[in-house]
Amino acid sequence: MMRKRFYNAIFASGIGFILTCMMVGISLNTEGTTLKVEGASAAQWTWIGIGISLVFLSQLFAGQVDAFLGAVPKPQLSKLLPEEGKRAMLKPWLLAALLVVMLVWPFMVSRGSVDLATLTLIYIMLGLGLNIVVGLAGLLDLGFVAFYAVGAYTYALLSQYFGMSFWACLPLSAGLAALFGFLLGFPVLRLRGDYLAIVTLGFGEIIRILLNNWTSVTGGPSGISGIAKPSLFGLEFTRRAKEEGATTFHEFFGIDYSSSYKVIFLYLIAVILVCFVIYVINRLMRMPIGRAWEALREDEIACRSLGLNRTMIKLSAFTIGASTAGFAGAFFSARQGFISPESFIFIESAIILAIVVLGGMGSQVGVILAAIVMTILPELAREFSEYRMLLFGLLMVVMMRWRPEGLVPMKRPHLELKT
Amino acid sequence: MSLLLDVNGLTMRFGGLVAVDHVDLAVKHRQVVSIIGPNGAGKTTVFNCLSGFYIPTDGSVVFNGEQVAGMKDFQISRKGLVRTFQHVRLFSKMTVIENMLVAQHRHLKTDLISGLFKTAAYRRQEQEAMDRAVYWLREMDLLEFANREAGNLAYGQQRRLEIARCMVTQPELLLLDEPAAGLNPNETKELDELIVRLRDEHEISVLLIEHDMKLVMGISDHIYVIAQGAPLANGTPDEVKNNPDVIKAYLGEE
Ligand SMILES: Nc1ncnc2c1ncn2[C@@H]1O[C@H](COP(=O)(O)OP(=O)(O)OP(=O)(O)O)[C@@H](O)[C@H]1O
Ligand SMILES: [Mg+2]
Repeated sequence: MMRKRFYNAIFASGIGFILTCMMVGISLNTEGTTLKVEGASAAQWTWIGIGISLVFLSQLFAGQVDAFLGAVPKPQLSKLLPEEGKRAMLKPWLLAALLVVMLVWPFMVSRGSVDLATLTLIYIMLGLGLNIVVGLAGLLDLGFVAFYAVGAYTYALLSQYFGMSFWACLPLSAGLAALFGFLLGFPVLRLRGDYLAIVTLGFGEIIRILLNNWTSVTGGPSGISGIAKPSLFGLEFTRRAKEEGATTFHEFFGIDYSSSYKVIFLYLIAVILVCFVIYVINRLMRMPIGRAWEALREDEIACRSLGLNRTMIKLSAFTIGASTAGFAGAFFSARQGFISPESFIFIESAIILAIVVLGGMGSQVGVILAAIVMTILPELAREFSEYRMLLFGLLMVVMMRWRPEGLVPMKRPHLELKT
Repeated sequence: MSLLLDVNGLTMRFGGLVAVDHVDLAVKHRQVVSIIGPNGAGKTTVFNCLSGFYIPTDGSVVFNGEQVAGMKDFQISRKGLVRTFQHVRLFSKMTVIENMLVAQHRHLKTDLISGLFKTAAYRRQEQEAMDRAVYWLREMDLLEFANREAGNLAYGQQRRLEIARCMVTQPELLLLDEPAAGLNPNETKELDELIVRLRDEHEISVLLIEHDMKLVMGISDHIYVIAQGAPLANGTPDEVKNNPDVIKAYLGEE
């Protein structure tokens, strides 16, 4: 037993050593026209040594580590919260308070914070969308970013070529992403688990490569810039009105121009969009289609015997999830003002999936919390940005060991029979 | 009267193995018909072919005058031919009432718009589905457990819920795969009465696979015996009971 563990630990740290040597230990630097291989600095080697010994020890004492992690108290949400009846009474008040805070907060903090909050809201939207597909319908989608890209490019192109406004494009982006979801889903949803994951992964890459190479329309790798920002009933947030005769926000209200109005306005739009998405998903979970998703996840064979068309039910989840991503995409390109295929690489899909898994598949509160953690943490740990993926991996490993069911495990609203 | 279910020459091959070999079945309206046979005879495979889970290698399955062999499982079930499974298959994390509502999925308004805005038609249909669910839960003596998780029910109750869930889809022919397996004598007796009630009061037909001979002999209008995939005999309970082949191949070994 001990021996087996020892071999295991040697093996794991050996693999770890080889991998870190290749990725951190050696780097290629350009010097003039030649490439030069450089080793890591002494300090880096010390860290690598510490890391490897940690891997060795944690594998050697895997049992104890697990026992320790098991002993770390898990937050018991049900115990923290007041009992059922009271909670139902408090809930609307709490939600209202939260909404007020969300609305007032941006006026008191820095522009950077508001901007970060807006980004977080985009990831919340994406997380909630993928949550429908992965958490509620149980379909592993590794190419979710493709629909995000479709939404983003839909708005960017429509705005650039036809001058259409953000508000008109928002539903169009969602619709087009949904159409892509439908077209992709139709043939592939018969596939099971891992096959589906691979096909969606491929689809994500296809979209990115298409955007990269269709230069005449999408601008290729250089992307699309100068995408119009959303307006408030026709009022723009620029210093001077772009078109003759148009009014800007600050002129209309007779206040001084400030670039933070625009940031706050974008943030508020994001809040509204997120609220809308949460509302729709909440309804979906209580609708027949939401019940069917859960039933399909529990027992597909029983569903088929009861006359449920599993392809259509999965397809609906896939399509609705995709449309949410399209929604988020349109907002993303309006906020950035610039998009390129670089924004829609596989890592984005991985991060969104991590948000769903960390949050606790299917749970909306969990996904929201995880999205906040996943966007704010990298921001706080800026100086480690090179090691972002490493930290990200570590976080996933620890979470899966400590709390495999996610931050807030899913609790579906059960339908009650009232007598 | 025309046949509700008319099966001719049903054959199912898995590679070299002939699991079902030219089986004929006939079920009339308001009949209980049983299929018996030793373990591994191919009874469940027959059910899988009838319900569209397998596409039969050969043969015809005519249900209500319509050829259903080769149709998708969910299409067949929508035509009114619904089955249960040898091992209980409930949505165990969902409540009893939710199990009953999922079964009525196709009777509900499932488009997004009516659901999101809770239109009048949507609410009416939800209510009707709820009423049907309550009706069948009461019939099956399960109403008091409506808000319980299905997985927490006692085994006998789970089996009853499985039948209730089929009945709420409003079938014409119910296929029961060993519904008495694991039940105590008391529960078996209740099951017996239930099947009779389904036939006489609710006017449906039942095709039954069962090893409990007392139940089968008492309840069946007609019995088919299959052994190693092939039909061995068929007839009324008395005929089957006294058939020397059947005694030798099946009843004899007990
Ligand atoms: N999908 C399959 N692939 C290969 N062989 C199968 C398959 N399904 C069933 N069989 C074979 O067909 C034969 C009949 O099996 P079946 O389950 O229909 O028997 P049964 O009469 O229901 O038995 P029991 O009384 O034990 O339930 C068995 O030999 C089984 O191994
Ligand atoms: Mg069987």
